[in-house]
Amino acid sequence: MTTVVTPRAAGTPAAPPDRGAPPAAPPHPHRSRLGARRRRSALLWALLLAGPNVLLLLVFVYRPLLQSLYLSTLQWNLGSPVARFIGFGNYAEWLTAPTTGRVVLTTLVFTVATVGGAMVLGLGLALLLNRRLRGRGAARTVAFAPYVLSGFAVGILWLFMFDPRYGLIQELLGWVGLGSPAWYTDSPWPLVMIVVVYLWKNLGYVALIYLAGLQAVPQDLKDAAALDGASSARTLRAIVLPLLTPTTFFLLVTMMLASLQSFDIIQAMTQGGPLGSTTTLMYSIYEESFVTGRAGYASAVATVLFLVLLAVTAVQMRYVQRKVHYS
Amino acid sequence: MSAATLAIPGKPRRRRRSPQVGGHLAMVLATVVLGAPLLWMALASLKTPEELYQVPLQWLPGVPSLDNYAQAAGAIPLGRLLLNSIGLTVVGAGLKVALGLACAYALVFLDFPFRRVVFGLVIATLMIPPQITIIPNYTLVAGLGWLNTYQGILVPGLASAFGTFLFRQHFLTLPTSILEAAELDGAGHWRRLWRFVVPMSTPTLAAVALVSVVTEWNDYLWPFLVVDDPSTMTLPVGLTLLQNTDGMSDWGVLLAATVVVTLPILLVFLILQRRLVAGLTAGAVTG
Repeated sequence: MTTVVTPRAAGTPAAPPDRGAPPAAPPHPHRSRLGARRRRSALLWALLLAGPNVLLLLVFVYRPLLQSLYLSTLQWNLGSPVARFIGFGNYAEWLTAPTTGRVVLTTLVFTVATVGGAMVLGLGLALLLNRRLRGRGAARTVAFAPYVLSGFAVGILWLFMFDPRYGLIQELLGWVGLGSPAWYTDSPWPLVMIVVVYLWKNLGYVALIYLAGLQAVPQDLKDAAALDGASSARTLRAIVLPLLTPTTFFLLVTMMLASLQSFDIIQAMTQGGPLGSTTTLMYSIYEESFVTGRAGYASAVATVLFLVLLAVTAVQMRYVQRKVHYS
Repeated sequence: MSAATLAIPGKPRRRRRSPQVGGHLAMVLATVVLGAPLLWMALASLKTPEELYQVPLQWLPGVPSLDNYAQAAGAIPLGRLLLNSIGLTVVGAGLKVALGLACAYALVFLDFPFRRVVFGLVIATLMIPPQITIIPNYTLVAGLGWLNTYQGILVPGLASAFGTFLFRQHFLTLPTSILEAAELDGAGHWRRLWRFVVPMSTPTLAAVALVSVVTEWNDYLWPFLVVDDPSTMTLPVGLTLLQNTDGMSDWGVLLAATVVVTLPILLVFLILQRRLVAGLTAGAVTG
């Protein structure tokens, strides 16, 4: 068995070697002296080519990940030379802190509103732009543009839009006889404001992914439904939406991950305020570590967020395996 | 032939037409709503304070003036920030592409021990949120004396997981026969990479490069934490500086700076839209 020359090593290009993901076991190089030299050269090249990237990942992703887990067991302030081991003390403190409930609720509301809103509006926009309308290319460009812009800049721009005295939104509200709410100061308006901006920034992305999904829906299925007298609403519900399930699921997970980690817009618009009414889990990590400086405690909160994100990803991984049945 | 002359053929015709009209209306409405904030920003940056603080609103600037831009450049070193941002984006994106390209080449075309482990290590980082790495990375960078330096901004975020993943996906589709022929002709890995793999990968190269450009340019939290000196600051962080110094007092100046932050990336997007969108939405296709 050890001397079998694999098809690839024998150089038969007719049989395409299975190189599908995950990397299939490489053809075992024959154990000749030549093979040994080739293996050594391959190893050298691998070190040279993959080494820098892997080294950077180890130093700036894996090392801090582990260190953060360790820091979460310490009572330690950023920059302080003194640290005390307190085990799960930080976690216990987080669970019992009076602000935790509000932070979790704010995170939940923000995530549900942004993800739900982006999904529904994004699907609507995709259905609209999937029709053969003149100028839909330009509409797609406009819809997608906010997605590529700096979150912080977008936040500033929308603060101006929401300005209760000179903003565009108070003017539009005035047209229908409404006064401007105190967007900056009165809860829940600051949270509403952030959700709106987040939706505006991410809508185009959701719509574009849905458009790709819609284009994969076979036309003959829709035609058959139309021949059977199904209304377009019925076709959407019974044929298009079920076929879009994988897309919907992908978007749900991606948007949840992104939403749970959003920072720039909040930092630009409310800094978590007023009175903590827009402080999400992510924002509280920043506040605890760099504003109050309680780095040990902040690391514990970061671990909590990490576990939440990991759970979301795990659900996706399980689903992706089942998706095979679908397509 | 007007639709009203014949009742019977007119009816289905109108039915086919009205949703088109409705569709166009809805589309125009959506475009206006989504596009208005950007237009409003650009207009406001050209208005004088009197025009900005007027009720009811004045829609267009009387005589477009660049005063706000001049004032913004006086309050923060806008030119310096622009150069910093351009430099860091170009170098950062370039290095990211190079790292991803090289790593993916090794993962696909080289046979070395623990290849699968290395691949797993790279891919798993896609699931690790940057937030959890921030405090330890901050202490490391501070310990190295890298606060307020370009390398402090650049190096911790340099490793390429997404790029490596995309390049690998693409390399797996390349015809092996060409590379094997090249190998038989005596071409080493370096030559194979540059003369064969890279020329066959231009769309993926463009996609990875453009996505890196966008993320580097817009990156906020990390540069905000490690830099407070305007001489090494990037544009989005400079916006914070301006917001803090000018407060809400002067929208025109703040919005002029916002235009400077957003316009370059908007232009990149408009010119290279297809490739950029392909990169940004690549995750959906590859799963």
